[in-house]
Amino acid sequence: MGWTDLDPDQLSTTSFVLIASRDPRDYQDAMTLIDLANPTRFLALTARLLPWLAAATVILLAVGLYQTSLAPDDYQQGATVKIMFIHVPNAWLSMFVWGVMSIASLGTLVWRHPLADVAAKAAAPIGAAFTFLALLTGSLWGRPMWGTYWEWDARLTSVLILFLMYLGLMALWRAVDDPSRAARAAAVLTLVGAINLPIIKFSVDWWNTLHQPASVMRMGGSTLDKSFLIPLLVMAVAFTLLFLTLHLAAMRNEILRRRVRSLQMMQASQRAA
Amino acid sequence: MSLGPYASFIVTSYLAVALVVIILIVWVIIDYRSQTQRLRALEESGITRRSGRSATDMR
Repeated sequence: MGWTDLDPDQLSTTSFVLIASRDPRDYQDAMTLIDLANPTRFLALTARLLPWLAAATVILLAVGLYQTSLAPDDYQQGATVKIMFIHVPNAWLSMFVWGVMSIASLGTLVWRHPLADVAAKAAAPIGAAFTFLALLTGSLWGRPMWGTYWEWDARLTSVLILFLMYLGLMALWRAVDDPSRAARAAAVLTLVGAINLPIIKFSVDWWNTLHQPASVMRMGGSTLDKSFLIPLLVMAVAFTLLFLTLHLAAMRNEILRRRVRSLQMMQASQRAA
Repeated sequence: MSLGPYASFIVTSYLAVALVVIILIVWVIIDYRSQTQRLRALEESGITRRSGRSATDMR
């Protein structure tokens, strides 16, 4: 039986001390890991962090939206360029969240960190929502600029596949009752799905697509004027903070859900006895 | 601020993002309340964690 088969709350700290080195400095590092691996400590940390993260998100979103309203029209796209300030952060986050889930999946399969699959499971619905918004806002931007809501080109199709993979992962977690069994299967699927991330990123370079090539994260620097780049970066940071806030809150909920499950199993065994 | 001939596309985009973000926030809040209520109900029926601490204890 591995660590993931145990209720994370019932893991004794001695399990982690075994992996600590004899060097006192390494031992202190291991203690920090122990703190984060303990769900109760994690909940305490979350309770302290969430109000600050939520406040920072609201402030940065307000600043970003204000800057967006002041941004000039594009000489070709006119005012529709304003869709970029919400489309691009959602598109970035659709891949970033899968990246976070991939690291968490390594945590599940390799390091067997007790909170790794909690992090991956909690991130999936949020990532699916951001991917849906990237597709929807892209479609609403495409209609006036390209003359069509949808085109089966490489970028759009690979992002649609990412969205379907999010839904598949969520379905997998719901289909398997035992969280530790579901976690391992979901972790493998997540890591396999990570192959899609470079395909999405480089699809505009590898194939002829309607979608424009990278204009912010590219060799040689951004091609965007500062009047567009600064609001875009502020909105990207604001949406990233929004993700972190929602993710921490969803992880807290998942830990509580597992406590409910654990207590319900105790209740069922008491009734049976 | 004039949004030009494609204002409906721009406004719909921003409203859709606002709606989905609000749904995510409401989902997280409702889920939290639901889990804490279920934990309290279980504890009130005499089912407690092996550590003896309250399952809703965040300290």
